[in-house]
Amino acid sequence: MKERRRVNGCSKNGALVTVEGLRKRFPVAAGLFQRAHGFIHAVDGLNFEIHAGQSLGLVGESGCGKTTTGKLLVRLHDPTGGHIYVDVGCDDVELGRVDVAELRGKRLKAFRRRVQMIFQDPYESLNPRRTAYDTVVEPLAVQGVGNLAEREERVAHLLELVGLTPASSFMFRFPHELSGGQRQRVAVARALIIEPAFIVADEPTSMLDVSIRIGVMQLMEELAHHFGVSYLYITHDLAVARYMCQEIAVMYLGKIVEQSETEELLSQPLHPYTQALLSAVPVPDPRLEREAIEIRGGIAAPIDPPPRCRFYDRCLIADDACRDADHPPLEDKGGGHMVACYKV
Amino acid sequence: MLATSARTPARIKPFQSTSTALPILSVQHLTMHYATRRGEVWAVDDVSFDVARGQSLGLVGESGCGKTSVAISLLRLLPDNARVLGGHVYLDGTDILALDERDILRVRWRGISMVFQAAMNALDPVYRVGDQIVEALQAHFETMDKAEARRRVADLFRMVGLDPALMDRYPHEFSGGMRQRAVIAMALSCQPDVIIADEPTTALDVIVQNRILKQMRAIQNELDMGMIYISHDIAVIAEVSDRIGVMYAGRMCELADAVDVFERPMHPYTFALMSAFPSIKGERRELKTLPGEPPDLMNPPPGCRFHPRCPRATAVCQESSPSFEDMGDGHFAACWHPREVDNEGA
Repeated sequence: MKERRRVNGCSKNGALVTVEGLRKRFPVAAGLFQRAHGFIHAVDGLNFEIHAGQSLGLVGESGCGKTTTGKLLVRLHDPTGGHIYVDVGCDDVELGRVDVAELRGKRLKAFRRRVQMIFQDPYESLNPRRTAYDTVVEPLAVQGVGNLAEREERVAHLLELVGLTPASSFMFRFPHELSGGQRQRVAVARALIIEPAFIVADEPTSMLDVSIRIGVMQLMEELAHHFGVSYLYITHDLAVARYMCQEIAVMYLGKIVEQSETEELLSQPLHPYTQALLSAVPVPDPRLEREAIEIRGGIAAPIDPPPRCRFYDRCLIADDACRDADHPPLEDKGGGHMVACYKV
Repeated sequence: MLATSARTPARIKPFQSTSTALPILSVQHLTMHYATRRGEVWAVDDVSFDVARGQSLGLVGESGCGKTSVAISLLRLLPDNARVLGGHVYLDGTDILALDERDILRVRWRGISMVFQAAMNALDPVYRVGDQIVEALQAHFETMDKAEARRRVADLFRMVGLDPALMDRYPHEFSGGMRQRAVIAMALSCQPDVIIADEPTTALDVIVQNRILKQMRAIQNELDMGMIYISHDIAVIAEVSDRIGVMYAGRMCELADAVDVFERPMHPYTFALMSAFPSIKGERRELKTLPGEPPDLMNPPPGCRFHPRCPRATAVCQESSPSFEDMGDGHFAACWHPREVDNEGA
C-alpha cells in the first residue's frame, strides 16, 4: 500500500491537488426573517497538497469540517475564499491546472469527469428506483462517452472489477436487492467508471460491518493501483486511515492542526489535540492499559470564533501567549511533520 | 444453578460456565424468532451464557447477528411478532421468561435495566431530564417522596459525571455525550443487578466515548453489578469486558475470558474478526478479508451457519451443527475444528 502508484496525468511536481487558504463559512440564521447573526467557520484557511498516486487521510471528530472540505474539493460547495487547484491531466488541453472555484459550464462538466466522490451511506446515496446498471452508467451518459453497447460492456467490466460477479446477475438489481457491502461496491464502480484522477471518499466504510469493511477497503486500494487514482479519504477512524493513507491530516474546528506521514503521526503525535485523540482510540487488546491524555470539555461549533488558537479552551499546555496570539500557523517541525502549535 | 437445572428439560444439558462466582444472570439455550410476511427469521438460536456480579460480559458480532435480540429477550421487551421458542433466563434464580406481565414490571429497571444506543430517543424531549429519572424512581419505590428522589438523582448525576445543576434542563440542551450519561444515570437509578448496554457509545466521538467507557466500568465495579456490553466494535469490547461472547448468525460461536478470546481464539469466525480489525497500535499487519457475507436468517445454511465462509469447513460442518461446548478452562466454542490454525499468519 505504501509504494508509489502508477500516475494518471503528467504534472511536473506531482501535486495533483493543491489547496491554498481554503475557507467556507455558513451563515447561522435565526428569527422570523432568518437573518444571519453569525457564521460557522466550517473550513478556515486550509493549505495542503495531494500528490498523484498518493492518498491523504482527513481525520477528526464530528463537526470539525472534514466533510465540508471534501465537498469543496469536488465543487458541491462553493468556497468562501481561497483556491483549489486540481491538475486534471495533460490529455485535456482545455483544462490543465484549474482553480476549481472558478469553473463554469462546460469546463465544470469536464472537471467532474476527473473528480468523483463516494459517500458514506450506500443506503442513501443510491437511488432506490434505479438498477445497479442505471446507477453505474449515468456518468458515462452525462459525459457522452461511447454508444449504448460500449457503455453496457464497460459497466459489466466495472461490476466484475468491484467484485460483483457475475456482472449479469447484478446489473439489473435494485438497491434493496443488494447488501450494504454490495451497495458500496456499486458506488465505488460508479465513481470509477469514467476513470477519474482523484476521488473524495467520505467515510466509505463506516456503515459497513467488520467482515465486509476490509473487503471494500482492499478493493478501493487495488482499484487505486489499477486506475492510478488518488483519494482524499475522510474518516473519524484513525485505524482505518492508517490502512488507506500514506499521509494523515488531523482537523479541529476548521483547521488542520497536524499533518504528517501516517506511521510518524500515529507513533509521534505532537499536537496536544492529536495526542488526546490518539490516546482515546480503543485498542483491540484486552491486556493493554491505555493512559488517556485528558483534555478539557467538549467540542463546540465554531461560530465567529476568536482569532486565537481554536484549541485554546481545551488545551492543558496553553499559556497567555496562546491566548493573545492568532491561531498558530501549520509549520514543519522537522522531517515534514507539520504542526500548528506554539508550544511544540 | 442447582435449583435452576432441575427445571431444565433433561435432554438438554444445562449450561454451566466454570467461573467460580455464582452467576446473577444465567441464560440457558435461549431460542427466539421473528415472524415476518416473508417467513420466519431465526434471530437467536440456542444461546447460553452467564454473568456474575461484578463481571462484565461483552457480546460482539456484526449487524443482524442477534445481539440486540438477546438483550430485548432478557428484558422481555419483544415486539409483537417475536416469539421465544425455548430456553430460560434466570435472574438470581427466577426464570424471567416464566413471569407474568405484572411481575416482569418489577424485574425491569430493578432487576435488569438497559442503556439504549439512541440516547435522544430514550429521553422524552418535553420533560426535564431530572424529572424523567424521578418518575422512574417513584414508579419503582412507592414510599419514596419527591425530595428524596431528587437527592438520589443528584447523586446519580454526580456518579455519571454530570453536574447536578443540569437536572432541570431539557434533553435538547444536552450534548450527545451528556444525553448518554443521563440515560446511564436513568438505567442505574433503581440499582439493578444487571445492566445491559447496547452500543451506548457508537454515536459518540472517541474522546467522549473513552470517558464514558471508563466511567461505566468504574460504576459497575463500585456497585458490583453484572454488565452485558453489546457492540460491533472489537476494540471497545476489549476495553470493557472480562469475558467475551462472539455471536454469528444468531448463534454464540465462542465464549471465554477476554484475553483468551484475543490470544487463543478457537472459532474461525473469531479468528477472522480479529484478523480483519485495524488497530492504531503495534505493527501495521496486513488485514485479512473474510469471503462472502453473513447468511440470511430466514434461510440459514444447514449445519454450522458459518461453514460457507469458513476456511476449516469439512463435510461434517455442512451436515450438522456443532454443539456449544467447554473446550477447557471455561473456554466455550461451537466448532467441529476448534484447534486448527487458519493460515500461516496465525
